Amino acid sequence: MTTENVESILRLDWTIPKKDYSAKIIILPTGEKMVIREISRKEVPQLLDTIRPLLTISKDYYDIVSARVYAELLGWYRYRVRNEYCLVGIVNGELAGIVNNRIFNDKLCISLHTIALKRGARVGAHLFAAKQEHAIENYKVDEIFVTAESPIGFKRWMVEWGLEARPNVQHELGGANAYALTKESYFEKKNKKVFGERPVPKEELQKSMNFKTVIPDVAR
Amino acid sequence: MIREVNIIGCGMTKFGNRSNEGLIDLLKEASINAIKDAGINHQLIQAVYVSSMLSGELTNQTAIASALCDELCLVPAAADRIENGPASGGSAIKNAFLAIASGVYDAILVVGGEKMRNSPGDKITDLLATMTHPTAEYIHGVTMPSLAAMFTRLYMTKYGVERKHLAMVAVKNHENALKNPYAHLQRRVTLEGIFFSREAEVNNPLIAEPLRLYDMCPISDGAASILVCSNKIANKLLDSPVKIAGFGQATDIQAVSQRSDPTELKAVRLSADQAFKMAKMKREDIDVVELHDAFTILEIAESENAGFFKRGTGHIALEEGITALDGKLPINPSGGLKARGHPVGATGVAQVVELAWQLKEEAGERQVQGAQKAYCCNFGGFGNNVVSFVLRRDQ
Repeated sequence: MTTENVESILRLDWTIPKKDYSAKIIILPTGEKMVIREISRKEVPQLLDTIRPLLTISKDYYDIVSARVYAELLGWYRYRVRNEYCLVGIVNGELAGIVNNRIFNDKLCISLHTIALKRGARVGAHLFAAKQEHAIENYKVDEIFVTAESPIGFKRWMVEWGLEARPNVQHELGGANAYALTKESYFEKKNKKVFGERPVPKEELQKSMNFKTVIPDVAR
Repeated sequence: MIREVNIIGCGMTKFGNRSNEGLIDLLKEASINAIKDAGINHQLIQAVYVSSMLSGELTNQTAIASALCDELCLVPAAADRIENGPASGGSAIKNAFLAIASGVYDAILVVGGEKMRNSPGDKITDLLATMTHPTAEYIHGVTMPSLAAMFTRLYMTKYGVERKHLAMVAVKNHENALKNPYAHLQRRVTLEGIFFSREAEVNNPLIAEPLRLYDMCPISDGAASILVCSNKIANKLLDSPVKIAGFGQATDIQAVSQRSDPTELKAVRLSADQAFKMAKMKREDIDVVELHDAFTILEIAESENAGFFKRGTGHIALEEGITALDGKLPINPSGGLKARGHPVGATGVAQVVELAWQLKEEAGERQVQGAQKAYCCNFGGFGNNVVSFVLRRDQ
């Protein structure tokens, strides 16, 4: 078997129709505006540069979460992960947070990770809601399997969103069992959890397209 | 005739997450800053009063006053730890005042500190709740946020305070804290971000109805220190030292529901009355105030109960900008507990440090111009033990 043949087996991309996420703009507690938009594959190296300094920071589980996001994004960039999407939050032209998910099939989405780079501004909460919005409203999956690596994550997602425990389902990330955000539950909570205005004003969207790589607060 | 009591040195640590340092490290840092600021030979210090509410419970270290004395090379000075809940700092300063005023000592180091960020939030909430009435409140699950929430609801109903006013306290104090390098939360928040926008539902989530995240002070590490002394020492060092012109302390019925009017903070009123009487001053004389805003409603309620505004009008004064940094009566220029932070044992001392800096015109960007007289209120339990001080500096 030739290398090209093996590569064709290993090389993965979207296996279901890709849906676009329409960017939106959110007001943070600081009054600053955060643009949430989907990232393209070519922007991944810049995200990796941002995440790299976090790999050794054990505080608040940044090391394990960032190591996994790094691998997931690299896997997507190098065509080794199937059906992955990534959204970012950008505030004043700076990257404020990263979230990613993987569409498993037309009924199920796997929630991957959430990293807030700008801390204390509820960036993670808005980004988590946005990635689930994309899965349920655009990909129209019936449910999303979520797990958490940190106690903060557990409180934010499982407790605050009231996710359903699925004690017999091993989450794809291999850690704690899965919790499910179902379509019904999402729409029940949408009014209190999912925000943002569309369309994003042209100028704001433009600013978000060329974001600066920042040293995250936690790594300073 | 009691002797005059002077503040000749002030020191602080930055408040916030100081997880790499122990409690004694923080106490030392604040103490050394205060001793350096005073510029006196440390051997003149005859006693060390350390205020800490939870040192044993959270850091597994008791008798911290003795330990600190040794660390600071102040042995054989007398040393006591003073615990009076979140009013521990105020109590420590009051006891130092009494010891100097009575002529027993001439120089005392007061330092308050707490190390809270290494413990889980639910543990802290429970430990703080142990201040409540054991059978009328605590066993029923009462916590400080839940008491504050009930108090707020009553206050809103009785006096027309709205959620917007609570958010305005948070916005003002966060803005002040941006100008305070020692503050825990140096982060601007806006009314749009935490109140008016739809996103405020997520940005400022409900904690205990009607209180939301930005109505609560943070859990902080930190320490603050003052060096107090008699005229004998102060007059050799300074032309016009800051003086503790008066103090007051009062208690109230422990269970809030058993008070004749749960919206009245009687101990705040009584302790303020005593402090003003001793200082021979009126409320109108005061230029700057630090209040114990562990919850945003408390700044409004204390500003009324301490006698600066009529009952039920504190929120109107806030709305009119009277309590803003550039207002007629700036309240919490430090950022208050809300944004400077609340390491419980340090808070009462930190309030006095801020006011002393204000009177010495050393408050930097948050300086209240021309401030000569100041008041603060250190609120213990849910207002069942309150210590007030009036400070002055003669120009």
